[in-house]
Amino acid sequence: MGVIVIDLFLKRKEKFLALQALRGRKTPKPQPQAEADAVKKDKSGENASVFVRCPSCGKDFTRTSFAENLCVCPACGYHHPISAYYRLSLILDHGTFSELDRRMASSDPLAFPGYADKLAAQRKKTGLAEAVVTCEGEIEGEKAVVAVLDSRFLMGSMGAAVGEKITRAIEYAQKMRLPLIIFSASGGARMQEGIYSLMQMAKTSAALQQFDRKGGLFISYFTHPTTGGVTASFASLGDITLAEPGALIGFAGPRVIEQTIGQKLPEGFQRSEYLLEHGFIDQIVERKDMRATLALLLRMHDKKGKTGC
Amino acid sequence: MLKEIEAKISELEAQLRELDGEPQEAVTEFRRNQLRRDIRELLKECRHLTPADRVYLARHAGRPGTKNFIDALFEDFFELRGDRQGKEDASILCGIARFHGQPVTVIGHRKGTSLEENLRYNFGMPGPEGYRKALRVMRQAEKFDRPVITFIDTPGAYPGLEAEAHGQGEAIARNLAEMSALKVPVISVVTGEGNSGGALAIGVANTVMMLENAVYSILSPEGFASILWKDASRSNEACDLMKLTAQDLKQYGVVDEIIPEPLGGAHRNPSAVYQALDTALDAALTHLRRQNGAALAAHRYRKFRTMGSAFQMLPKEGF
Repeated sequence: MGVIVIDLFLKRKEKFLALQALRGRKTPKPQPQAEADAVKKDKSGENASVFVRCPSCGKDFTRTSFAENLCVCPACGYHHPISAYYRLSLILDHGTFSELDRRMASSDPLAFPGYADKLAAQRKKTGLAEAVVTCEGEIEGEKAVVAVLDSRFLMGSMGAAVGEKITRAIEYAQKMRLPLIIFSASGGARMQEGIYSLMQMAKTSAALQQFDRKGGLFISYFTHPTTGGVTASFASLGDITLAEPGALIGFAGPRVIEQTIGQKLPEGFQRSEYLLEHGFIDQIVERKDMRATLALLLRMHDKKGKTGC
Repeated sequence: MLKEIEAKISELEAQLRELDGEPQEAVTEFRRNQLRRDIRELLKECRHLTPADRVYLARHAGRPGTKNFIDALFEDFFELRGDRQGKEDASILCGIARFHGQPVTVIGHRKGTSLEENLRYNFGMPGPEGYRKALRVMRQAEKFDRPVITFIDTPGAYPGLEAEAHGQGEAIARNLAEMSALKVPVISVVTGEGNSGGALAIGVANTVMMLENAVYSILSPEGFASILWKDASRSNEACDLMKLTAQDLKQYGVVDEIIPEPLGGAHRNPSAVYQALDTALDAALTHLRRQNGAALAAHRYRKFRTMGSAFQMLPKEGF
């Protein structure tokens, strides 16, 4: 087989390009590494990495066409998870990006066996210090604080550092009187940090409550997949709640539910469309419309140049 | 380990009960004393419990539950039911009562003691309706300036189809947010097992107490082992790593006060636990009552803002 399934997450070089673009330096628009990869051969000697297989419909596409479509399957519309920086490069005005708490990382509070090594490996793999990127930037000229969880980093799970970064982003938005946008993608609380992870749920929710009382605008944007402690805390507290099509959103994971109730779950259960139908989401917004939608909402809440609270 | 000790003790106790019918003779009296001494010796071994032992005790069928605590500690309990949105979830028990003469709002997870009760209370696993009921009752407590006392004892929020359809995540999140800003004293007591967001959803309190052998954690040890190692049978190993005992959590600042239990667990002498808890609640409430509503909310916010802070700054480059 000449085709292998490759993840389209940005490689290190791509992250660099995305960052350059976000900071407004003159670089080509960040695109997954199609050209570089084309040269690489797989074991059988064929050009394997030129192609991407959609995990949803199983069809093959060239990396370039997949990337041009913002990592959304051109055939079935499956929204492939993307990295935090790549997503930011898609929504922010280039040159307005300024990252908050970039070097904050977990400190392994329970001294959990093997966790420190795992963290180091994840940092090396993703080039991120933790599973969330928080920043201040502009979307079509509208200032906002944006946090994006990155599911490559330990499934985007929320430990003490992720909780702290999110909370600081909320507090920063409140202080600067800016609106807040959080893109969630998370397996939930981070097991290796035990009770510390659980307490992040209370911390982030409490911070949002204060932000809310001060009149701040919070747009929560669910992406695939968001479950557990993230769904049961900040992600569910948006003034406006959006989701990418087909995203898995829930508190308990589908496997746990199947085990508990002892039956197969219906098709489409816990997907964005299901949540929309049950009244937990305002709208499903495709990736290509993401920037325009957010800009529209921000403008709508703009008070004479001062958005947010 | 504790399980075996318990089995031995109950065997001895059965023998002791048998002797009750016998006449008061020197021989039986001697035997009785012998048995009592053996039981005491066995109980001494319960001084050093492993985290897995505590998980066992926290789930013990005879352990006092929310209803027992309410009956023992409060007067004039009046149950409040329903979420006013279409359902009554019996796995959370809510109501108003008097504590030392003072009206308070009581909320707690409810487990059953028989199969029938367990089914009715869903083994203490609430759905979103239960959390919405709790929130309704908490808002009411704020309106009437009543302190809120919550009892935590749940295997976790219920992972079911209907629970998801009705927004389990949203219900828990809303509770966390609103509970953090309540303008009345809030005291939580972890009485048995407190697992996951399902426990925390009624646990954002000014003062968090925990019974000596209760456990409080991100997930059940079985769930933890199954997520991390794909093997639920390694739960004992998980117990050791999770740091879920009251003693560990006090060290981390998650728990303010540990309520002592008799040797061998709360079920061996519940009234001793009620007595200790009564004293602790009274002291905490008196202390909290001195602050006004805004100060209480601010105190709770600060507490949870700093709780569970564990991060470091990486060097500028090189990660």
